[in-house]
Amino acid sequence: MRCDTRWYLQRFELTCRCCFDTDILLSVDVGFLLMGIMNGKSMGMNFFIKVGDAVLNLLENVGAFSIFSYQTIRWIFKRPFDGKMLLQQMNEIGVKSVPVGVVSAFFVGMVMTLQIGGSMEKYMTGISSFLGGGISLSMVRELAPVLTSILLAGRVGSSMAAEVGTMKVTEQIDALITLATNPIHYLSVPRFLASIITIPMIVAMAVLVGSAGGALISNLVFEVPLLLYMDSARQMVRVSDLISGISKSYFFAAEISLVSVFTGFRASGGAKGVGSATISAVVLSFMMIIVSDYFVTFIYKLFGY
Amino acid sequence: MEIKIKIENLSKKFGTFEVLKSVSLDIYKGEILYVVGKSGSGKSVLLKNITGLLQPDQGKIFIDSVNILEKSEDELIAIRKKMGVLFQMAALFDSMNVFENVAFTLRRFSNFSKNQIKDIVKQKLEMVGMGGMELLFPASLSMGMQKRVGLARAIALEPEIILCDEPTTAVDPLSGAAVDDLIMRLNQELGVTVIIISHDMESAFRTAHRVSMLYQGNFLFTGSVEELKQCEDPVIQQFINGRAEGPIPII
Repeated sequence: MRCDTRWYLQRFELTCRCCFDTDILLSVDVGFLLMGIMNGKSMGMNFFIKVGDAVLNLLENVGAFSIFSYQTIRWIFKRPFDGKMLLQQMNEIGVKSVPVGVVSAFFVGMVMTLQIGGSMEKYMTGISSFLGGGISLSMVRELAPVLTSILLAGRVGSSMAAEVGTMKVTEQIDALITLATNPIHYLSVPRFLASIITIPMIVAMAVLVGSAGGALISNLVFEVPLLLYMDSARQMVRVSDLISGISKSYFFAAEISLVSVFTGFRASGGAKGVGSATISAVVLSFMMIIVSDYFVTFIYKLFGY
Repeated sequence: MEIKIKIENLSKKFGTFEVLKSVSLDIYKGEILYVVGKSGSGKSVLLKNITGLLQPDQGKIFIDSVNILEKSEDELIAIRKKMGVLFQMAALFDSMNVFENVAFTLRRFSNFSKNQIKDIVKQKLEMVGMGGMELLFPASLSMGMQKRVGLARAIALEPEIILCDEPTTAVDPLSGAAVDDLIMRLNQELGVTVIIISHDMESAFRTAHRVSMLYQGNFLFTGSVEELKQCEDPVIQQFINGRAEGPIPII
């Protein structure tokens, strides 16, 4: 009988991962694992310590992030208000992101039209006259807010995390504190405000430009007159759709800025730390956007939006 | 003499490593105190506790009789305006030029006009021998120059206390002497209380009113430069004479 807990731990992980087909194997493994723990074998213990650590770490991060978000919102109302910094950030986050947001939305609108129009025409001739509504509705409700936010999370989130992370590892944030300046007030507040002001604007542009891209392809490929496209869009897209789509982007904008600055603040250990903070910022922003998109949409649907 | 900063039974652990073991120290108003000790002896940790960048595990720190550890982050801001800190690696804001770095607190906390701020920054930069370099960015400055700008930034709001973390390390001897002279001048002219963390004994002998030596988490010695030189403790003798042989383990 093998009493090497490390070996059993590996077996245990392997069986879990490979969607085990014999429960007996698993129970035997768990049995040996527990035996190892009871004997005080370090590897078995380590497994539970690692899981416990990971859970605690996760809870600690969630807690810290909540406090950080609360602090950011609290510090918005405190003096001195740094208008120059806010404008700078609006330029960085908003103005400089317009090209990437607009060009992407235009092409997404075009490719969607090609795909949908092409597929639908096969089954029902003339259905492309509804393309305007279909494309505009999907742009307004989902594509523009989610896609633009994801693009901006990559562009803006990474730069925020890298900038703040570099400041953290080079003691510039400590210097801010000693200069009687709250780093959340100085770094997080302007980025947060700039994001929630500018990102929804870019989303609104993306809606328009995406629909325009759709109109172009409908006209050129499916020969839908522009007026028909617009009429269909006008009939199908309601104000509530617009509110739902644009208001979602406020959540996404807040998530991008808060997550990115937060991960920057928690960077440690030189260039490598800044690198991992940047990766975390982008990956977490992506995930939060996609997950919160579902929940926000779900809540809107409950209220009939 | 009036006590400016009082440290009482301060302890700080990192994991199981006890960096500061219940240390106490009084810093008098208007003195220049050097805290010396070998690298890793907890000097910077002590300084970070005084500035509130680290929270001690135990103990009290009084600045002007106010226990800073009982104060909220908002209340600490007023106390921090009394302090100027020079960091070991200067920690200048690299997205700002020299002028903006020095003008940082002036712009945020003073009511000076743009022209007045310009004049003050110019004057502070001239004091540290960096006049005319307002438009340069930190990346294009040597470490010695960055530290001098860091000092100008620390003194911009004319603080009552200046804390310096190794001001003369990685600085050429001339710049080091200039920084020492400047600190002495600030101390004499404005009565600023200065705490300097250093292992540069030459600079300490030249500038210090008192010297405290941190060794293995405790203050082994606190007294005047003369007393330090005459102290017969082998640890102190080894340290101030910079000998490799002696009771201090060199890792």
